[in-house]
Amino acid sequence: MQQLSLKSIIYDARMRGYFYQVFILSCLSFGFWWLIDNTVTNLADRGKTVGFGFLSENAGFQISATLGTWLFDYNVGQSSYLDVYFIGIANTFLVAILGIAGATIIGFTVGIMRLSKNFIVRSFATVYIELLRNIPLLLQLFFWYFAVLRALPSKRDKIEIIPDVAAMNITGLYLPAPIIEPGFIYSVTAFVVAIIITLVMKSWAQKRQFETGQRFPVLWTALGLIFGLTMLTFWITGNPMSWSYPEFKMTGAILRRGFQSGSGMVLVPEMLAVWLALTLYTAAFIAEIVRAGILAVAKGQTEAAYSIGMRPGMTLRLIIIPQALRVIIPPLTSQYLNLTKNSSLAVAIAYPELVSIFAGTALNQVGKEIEMIFMMMMVYLTFSLATAAFMNWFNARVKLVER
Amino acid sequence: MKKLTAAMVAVAGVAFAASASAATLDDVKAKGHIQCGVSQGLPGFSNADDSGDWTGLDVDMCRAVAAAVFGDSNAVKFTPLSAKQRFTALASGEVDILSRNTTWTMTRDTQLGLNFAGVNYYDGQGMMVPTSLGVTSATELDGANICTNTGTTTELNITDFFRANSMSFNLVAFEKADEVVAAYDAGRCDVYTTDRSGLAAQRGKLTAPDAHMVLSEIISKEPLGPVVRQGDDQWFNIVRWSLNAMINAEEMGVSSSNVNNLKFDANITPAVARLIGKEGNFGEELGLSNDWAYNILMQVGNYAESYEANVTPLGLARGVNALWSDGGILYAAPIR
Ligand SMILES: N[C@@H](CCC(=O)N[C@@H](CS)C(=O)NCC(=O)O)C(=O)O
Repeated sequence: MQQLSLKSIIYDARMRGYFYQVFILSCLSFGFWWLIDNTVTNLADRGKTVGFGFLSENAGFQISATLGTWLFDYNVGQSSYLDVYFIGIANTFLVAILGIAGATIIGFTVGIMRLSKNFIVRSFATVYIELLRNIPLLLQLFFWYFAVLRALPSKRDKIEIIPDVAAMNITGLYLPAPIIEPGFIYSVTAFVVAIIITLVMKSWAQKRQFETGQRFPVLWTALGLIFGLTMLTFWITGNPMSWSYPEFKMTGAILRRGFQSGSGMVLVPEMLAVWLALTLYTAAFIAEIVRAGILAVAKGQTEAAYSIGMRPGMTLRLIIIPQALRVIIPPLTSQYLNLTKNSSLAVAIAYPELVSIFAGTALNQVGKEIEMIFMMMMVYLTFSLATAAFMNWFNARVKLVER
Repeated sequence: MKKLTAAMVAVAGVAFAASASAATLDDVKAKGHIQCGVSQGLPGFSNADDSGDWTGLDVDMCRAVAAAVFGDSNAVKFTPLSAKQRFTALASGEVDILSRNTTWTMTRDTQLGLNFAGVNYYDGQGMMVPTSLGVTSATELDGANICTNTGTTTELNITDFFRANSMSFNLVAFEKADEVVAAYDAGRCDVYTTDRSGLAAQRGKLTAPDAHMVLSEIISKEPLGPVVRQGDDQWFNIVRWSLNAMINAEEMGVSSSNVNNLKFDANITPAVARLIGKEGNFGEELGLSNDWAYNILMQVGNYAESYEANVTPLGLARGVNALWSDGGILYAAPIR
C-alpha cells in the first residue's frame, strides 16, 4: 500500500489520478454550492423565498377551453397552479404528438415526391421544401393563424363540414364528443387484449411459416379479432358510450348565439394554427432527410432486386426503405425534438401550452422563476429523453443485421 | 425555442449575479446609462417611432431618472418587454427600472420581490366591443369570447368580474398586444379588455376605430407606476423622488419653460428653491448632484407637460390624474 504523501501525488500515477478526481469533484460541489447559495441569497435580498408551496395555491385566471382544461377539469378558484402545470403539459403534448404524426406523413410523402420522375411533382416538392424551410417558424405561425381567422365565418355563423356533425367558424372546429360511461373500460380492456393476442399470433405464424412453409392469414384474423372482440364487449356491456353533438343556436342574447359550450367538442383555431404550422414546417426538414436516406441506398440494390424479379413497390418496401431508415432515423429523432421545443412559440398566438400558461401567466402571478423554469425544463427533458429512447430502440430494430 | 432560451438565461442571471449587486446607482454610473424596461409599443405611454426614438409618459419617467442621475435625459436605453417577460427581466438585472404600464398590487410587492416607486397614472380596466353587437353594459357579456394579454392583472380582473356576476366566458390570452388587437379585429373575440389607457392607445390600430365602443364599466383599480427591485433603497428613492419632483413642479408652476429663469430669480419661494437645488442639499442626500430636479425639469418637464405631450392626444382627459389641488388624486410628498 502506498503512503499518501506530496511525493506520491506527483510521481505515482494512481495516486495522481485519485487526487485529480477528488480535486475536480470538490471544485464541482463547491461550484454548485456557490450557485445555490448565491441564488438563495439574491432572492432573499429581494424578499423572495424558495419553495414549491405555491403549487397548491388556487389559480385565479381563466384558461381557454382545450384538451388540458377538459382532462383536468379546470375550474377558476378551485384549480391549483399544479393543475395549470398539468394542463400546460397536456396541451404541449397534444400539439407535439399531432405535429409529429402530421409532419412524418407529409415529410415522407414530399421526400418521395422530390425523387419522382415526374417534373411537376418533383418541382412542387422542391418549392415546398425551399419555401417552408427558409421562412421563420414564428412568421408561419402568424400567417396560418390569421389566415385561418380571416377565412372563417364569424362566431354567429358556420361552415358545415358534415351537416349536424362537424362544423367550423372563427371560434373553432366543432366535432362530436364521446360521452364515456362507467362500463367503457371493459371495451378498452378487450381492445388491448385483442392486440396482445394478435402479437402472439403473429410470432407463432411466422415461426410456423419458417418451419413448415405454410402461411397463415394474419392480417384478416387480426382485424377480425381486434374489431370483433372490442365491438362484442361493447355490445354486451350495454353500449357504454354515446356522442354529444355540437349544438348551434341563433336565438337568445347575442353573445350566447353560435355554438353552445358544453355540447360537442371544440378545437380552437389557436391549436389548429399551431398544429398546421409545426407540421408543415417540420415536414420540409423531414422531406430532405427522407430524400437523403433514399439516395444513400446504392442503386445496385434496386437493380439486384429487379433482377431477382421483385416488383417496384415491393422493392421500395422490402429493399430500399429498410436500408434508408438506418440513415433517416437519427436525424428524424432530432426533428421530433425540435418540433416539441418549437411548440413553445405557440404563446404568440394564445395557445395555452406549458410555456405560455405555466412559465408565463402563472409565473407572472407567483414569481417563482427558479422553481417554475426548473419544472418546465424537466418536462422538455423527460419528453426528449423518452423520444430519444424510443427512437434508439426503433433504430436498433431496423438496423442492418450484419452476418 | 428562443423563448425557452431567454427564460433560462434570465434564471441564470439570478443565479450568477454577485450577491452584492444592491447598489444599482453604482452599476448605472459605471455603464453610463440607465436600462429601462418599456412596453413593446403603446402609443402615449411607451412607443418607438420609425427612427427608433421612444416617447410616452412611461418613457419620460425613465428620461427623468437619467436626467437626475447623469444630467442627460438621453442617457437611457430602452428594452421592449412583453407583460409576461417584464418581471423576470427586472429581477434578473436586465433592466434597472421597469416603466411599463405596470399595476401596483400586493402580490407584486410581496411574492415578486418588487418595489413600486409611485404611481404615474391612475387607471382602471375597461372593455371594448364592436358597436354592431348592440351591447351597452358589461353585465350583458355572458358567453363572450374575450381577448387580452397574458401575464397581466387584466386576466385576473376579468376572471373575477365574470365569476362575481356568475357569467361564463372564454379567454384568449396573447403574449403581445399587437396580436390581441389583430385577433380582436379579425373577429376572434367579442370583447377586448385591458387598462382603459391601453384601450385608448390601441384603438388607433384597429381597421375601423369608430366601429368600436368602450363600455362604461371600470372593473378594477390599476395604479400604474415605475418599478424597481427590492433591496436597494437608494435606487428606489431616486426613482420615487424623480416622479415626485415632476408632480411637485406642476403644483408649484415650475416647468421647462421657466425653470431656467427661476434659477436666477431671487424672489422664488423656499419650496421652489429646494426643488431646483438652490437651497438645501437634497440631491446629495440621494447620491446625486443638487441640480438633479432642475435637470429633470429642464430636459423632460413637469408632469403636466409630459401628460399633455403624450396622453392628451389619445383623447384621455386628466380626470383622476389631475393634481389633488385641481380635484384629482395626484398628490406628491413634499421635498423638504
Ligand atoms: N396594467 C396591467 C396590464 C399591462 C399590459 O401589459 N397591458 C398590455 C395591453 S395595454 C400592454 O401594455 N401591451 C403592450 C405590449 O405588448 O408591450 C398589468 O400591470 O398587469
